[in-house]
Amino acid sequence: MATVSAAVRRDWLVGYAMVAPVVLGALAFVVLPLGMVVWYSLHEWNVLAGTFTFAGADNYQRLASDGGLGDALLASLWFSIGLVVLNIALALLLAVLLNQRLPGTTTFRTFFFSPVVVSLVAWTIVWSFLLQADGGINGFLAVLGIDGPNWLRHPTTAMVSVIVVQVFKNVGLNMILFLAALQGVPEELQEAARLDGAGAWRRFRSITLPLISPTILLVSIITIVGSLEVFAQIDVLTGGGPGSSTTVLVYYLYQQAFQFNDFGYASAVAVLLFVIVLVLTLLQWQSRKRWVFHEV
Amino acid sequence: MSAQHTPRRAAGTAAALGAALALTSCGGGTDAPVGEPDAPSEPVDLRMTVWTADETQLGLFQSIADDYVEQNPELVSGVTFETIPFEDYTTALTTQLAGGNAPDLAWIFESNAPEFVSSGALVDLRPLLDSTDGYELDDIVPSSLGLWEDGEGLYAYPFSNSPFAMFVNTDQVSAAGQPDPADLVESGDWTFDAARDISAATAEDTGKQGLVVRDFDYQAWENLATVWSGWGAAPWSADGTQCTLAEPEMVDAMTWIHDAAFKDEAMPGPGTTADFFAGDAAMTITQISRASSLDGSFDWDVVPMPAGPAGKQNVIGQAGIGVFAAGEHPDVAADFLAHFTSPENAEQLAAYFPPPRASLLNAETLAAANPSLSEEQLQAVVVEGVEEAVTKPAHKNFAKLSQTVRAELDALWTADADVEAVLTDTCSAIGPLLEE
Repeated sequence: MATVSAAVRRDWLVGYAMVAPVVLGALAFVVLPLGMVVWYSLHEWNVLAGTFTFAGADNYQRLASDGGLGDALLASLWFSIGLVVLNIALALLLAVLLNQRLPGTTTFRTFFFSPVVVSLVAWTIVWSFLLQADGGINGFLAVLGIDGPNWLRHPTTAMVSVIVVQVFKNVGLNMILFLAALQGVPEELQEAARLDGAGAWRRFRSITLPLISPTILLVSIITIVGSLEVFAQIDVLTGGGPGSSTTVLVYYLYQQAFQFNDFGYASAVAVLLFVIVLVLTLLQWQSRKRWVFHEV
Repeated sequence: MSAQHTPRRAAGTAAALGAALALTSCGGGTDAPVGEPDAPSEPVDLRMTVWTADETQLGLFQSIADDYVEQNPELVSGVTFETIPFEDYTTALTTQLAGGNAPDLAWIFESNAPEFVSSGALVDLRPLLDSTDGYELDDIVPSSLGLWEDGEGLYAYPFSNSPFAMFVNTDQVSAAGQPDPADLVESGDWTFDAARDISAATAEDTGKQGLVVRDFDYQAWENLATVWSGWGAAPWSADGTQCTLAEPEMVDAMTWIHDAAFKDEAMPGPGTTADFFAGDAAMTITQISRASSLDGSFDWDVVPMPAGPAGKQNVIGQAGIGVFAAGEHPDVAADFLAHFTSPENAEQLAAYFPPPRASLLNAETLAAANPSLSEEQLQAVVVEGVEEAVTKPAHKNFAKLSQTVRAELDALWTADADVEAVLTDTCSAIGPLLEE
């Protein structure tokens, strides 16, 4: 094809014009800041003195020897494991329960979904009151004769609290995704299995689970990536404490950049976070062939 | 962060950005002094960041600024006061600096003073203030300038020198049949132990809280300086190189605080919020400037800080105003600062911020400005409170120190903590930071 007709060229132009806003937006607000972060990470940047000097790989070498970063990675790991396991298990359970044709299910669906649309910070502040030593939760426990712990002041209970607050905030969204997937499972397959004598658990394991596996993949990617980005809940509830028990990676990054004014090193931490998210997502994407039904 | 963009693409963009960034983000700091401003080609707009959101205070600032604009139309067209919330103030300020958007002038916390002063971010104001007619730099109490000097240079004006004092809810204390702290001051028996005992007894009677060290909340540990100073303790040596948290005075002071919270129940424990000004507590240690928060819903008194084993030590909270070298018009900004803090305007500002000027530090001037306090209270708490006062801890590496000490001290805020062991651990953790 030696020449392109004017009509085709006009089509191209229209096409480019259509994608231009989103491409330019992504360049300006995603790719450009990402590039700047990498650039900053190669520098020693003292904001107060106004110095910005090339430091090569110094900040990356520091990553390897920084004990605080090790603690932050460990805290992130615990947070992510806790969140992903609890969130997906609870979302799936709720979705299965609310997939029954029973009176009142719509009300329950709305009830569990509503936290998703509440402002994150408002949600967390309310929980911070409930979790205080003399807050609502311990007040309730006291009625039952239980002496509740000071939730946000002990390393273990603080981490559990942050995880639970986050799970309740977002479980509704995952529940709706699972619910949509469950409703796409053909009734005739279930019926055929029932006629073959399969019990409820067998049908769930052999029919429902494989058919909703693409949604499980999607939900786990969203939840894991989301778990690595947690910030507001930590800031409001624990400020990274007690000690450094809830200082997850993003909070550590924030401290380095905005409290210690060490923007160069914080940028190196951001690049590390980026690589971790990228690797996790790629791993999950690659593993889909093994366990996602539609990919077989 | 979205995961679908590869680092390779990002790195390519970074290379392209290099030149532009190098030009935009490295406004170099300078500690060259500023002098009389040359008239700019056209009048400029000045911006000052502050942490107060109080309408009357901002109104006063604006009226002082409007006078300046009127007198110097060739220099400035306007002055804006930008409020940044107290909690995030320094973070937001440094973010503005990092973004190449430095304000012309800014309030600066005492804790961050050494960091700002030694960094070269601020301009030296001394030559200008020295040569400004009628400014009377000599009138400023020399001890109030200590934090803001580096060699011969003066890098900020300490506009606020607010002493810490003890506010007492006399309704609650007398209902609990406890002695009036004012009487104890009179008789010379006003000690931390007395304050603890009265607080514990009052709290037991009211079912509310006893003594609240305001803004501490088991996080902002530097606020405990108001207490440990009575033991003659300090977190690090005067030159900032040695940790002194594990010294006997500090161990005693922290043991006292720990016991007051966990044994005597004289102070609220971690995770319990109590606002004295809402009537939730018997006493609170805070700055005198908070008197404006009292709405008359209960009877109260304000008395000087109690004495500790090392006697009575006055503590003041300071705040400075500095001019940023990276601002667009540091010479004009410094000239405005000289106007804003002149003797006449300092007298107006005294309504909210006890000034560093010897001529204004008297009960009469302060009484005119603080109708909620009596002259006797002002004499005892403010005028005498500023004398030989120490400030809260400050260090040029304060941001990291503050965070590290907070994380270490979390181990102290449990009922069965070993105070000395925690403080020794804290010293090990901050040792390298003090030497940086």
